[in-house]
Amino acid sequence: MTGAGDAVARLVRDEGTRVLATLVRVTGSVDLAQDAVQDAVVRALETWPRDGVPANPRGWLLVAARRRAVDVVRREAKRLGKEADAMPAVDPCPDPVSVRDDLLRLVFTCCHPALSLDAQVALALRTLGGLSTAEVARGLLVPEATMAKRLTRAKQKIAQARIPYRVPASEELPARLAGVASTVYLIFNEGYTGRVSLIAEGVRLARLLASLMPDEPTALGLLALVLLQDARRSSRFDASGLPVLLSAQDRSSWDASLIKEGVELVGVGLRRTPSVPNPYVVQAAIAACHDLAPSYAETNWDAVISWYDVLLSIQDTAVVRLNRAAAVAERDGPAAALALVDGLAGLEDYPWWHASRAELLHRLGSASALGALDRAVETGLPAAHAAHLRYRLSP
Amino acid sequence: MPQYAAIIYASDVDPTRPEAVEMMKDYDEFGAAAQAVIRGGAALYPTATATTVRVTGGKGGDIVTSDGPYAETKEALTGFYLIECADLDEAVKVAAQIPGAWDGAIEVRPVVDFGK
Repeated sequence: MTGAGDAVARLVRDEGTRVLATLVRVTGSVDLAQDAVQDAVVRALETWPRDGVPANPRGWLLVAARRRAVDVVRREAKRLGKEADAMPAVDPCPDPVSVRDDLLRLVFTCCHPALSLDAQVALALRTLGGLSTAEVARGLLVPEATMAKRLTRAKQKIAQARIPYRVPASEELPARLAGVASTVYLIFNEGYTGRVSLIAEGVRLARLLASLMPDEPTALGLLALVLLQDARRSSRFDASGLPVLLSAQDRSSWDASLIKEGVELVGVGLRRTPSVPNPYVVQAAIAACHDLAPSYAETNWDAVISWYDVLLSIQDTAVVRLNRAAAVAERDGPAAALALVDGLAGLEDYPWWHASRAELLHRLGSASALGALDRAVETGLPAAHAAHLRYRLSP
Repeated sequence: MPQYAAIIYASDVDPTRPEAVEMMKDYDEFGAAAQAVIRGGAALYPTATATTVRVTGGKGGDIVTSDGPYAETKEALTGFYLIECADLDEAVKVAAQIPGAWDGAIEVRPVVDFGK
């Protein structure tokens, strides 16, 4: 495709999500709206590169998609020998507030807690991310037919169980937004287990969320967190795909503009949460401590540990305590950290607990490090991390 | 307006026994509070009274009955309500008020409308 064609494709993809959000409201059906927008997008990709992009691309797509939806509904009604229900008109020049509200409705419907997490992830990538079913399947390493079935089932549940197309009321918003944020963060993290395209999708969705809800600490904190992690993307794996520990990463390759943006968002997020800390903002603050340290040795471990203490005050989980212990190892030494790690109950099946023990035992010169590594592998430590740890432990 | 079945899975007790009087008070309260949306329902005797019926070899085959419920589970199907709500969020809110949700679970299922 030509450069101009690419630009059109990008524009169509961005606008497509907004147009879809409005069409779901107008048609009352995710399925019908998707079909209609798909049709409009195909027409746009055919005609725009040839005839030029219309002055109002969003309006063009809205009108074309609605026309298609009306056709489909009429055809279906005729087949059943019924009158077609009238479909509300679309405003070809919608005001920004109504565009935002439709997008928010789509966000909260796709990430509705009555849908399984798998279904939420798939729907978010398909509708909000604008990926094709094949692309979603590839991203999640699932056969395309399985993904198509998963998406169909999710859309059927939305239609048949009447999952509403609505932004939750303010008293429900914090809990519902936390659900949306964890779905987006999951998509981003899936990217780090080897599906690189999902990293960009996760960042894109986090940006969308923050732009739609610029006053919500969860949205700001989530965006900050993914940007501050994404800033280190190029140094997290070596040329052969092995993970590189934070201590060994080439900091000169970190993306300074992403770090700056992330740190500023942390600042905004902290100012908006003076009394009750927000878990995403606090995790982003920890990531910022790492991103801002000129070298691993110069990391401000006191700050990292005290942010973990804040995080524990709102999210006291064994995993958070394990991560805190890693910072304690750097400040107070491996023996202090191992005592903390060994004191954590219930992580016998968690590979990273065993991996932490292996690392700390190794630093203490203990032969039991190898046994801990074996347990980490048995409980499912990703192969690349296992190989790396084995390399460190080898004499 | 869509209807939902709110199917109650809770402890397998006999609602007519004196021990259940507290629980029935909770259900009466729910029934009164949700009067506007309840369209029907039933409370069931415990699973010890259940008979499961099968016909071997399909239609017209031998009738085989067995003592007990279709599935033995920790929580038993103890009853259901038919409720009418605008959407799933409303139905979930109503279901959360059913006493069975507090120590068991309520399965909310949309009812097919064949009238369309």
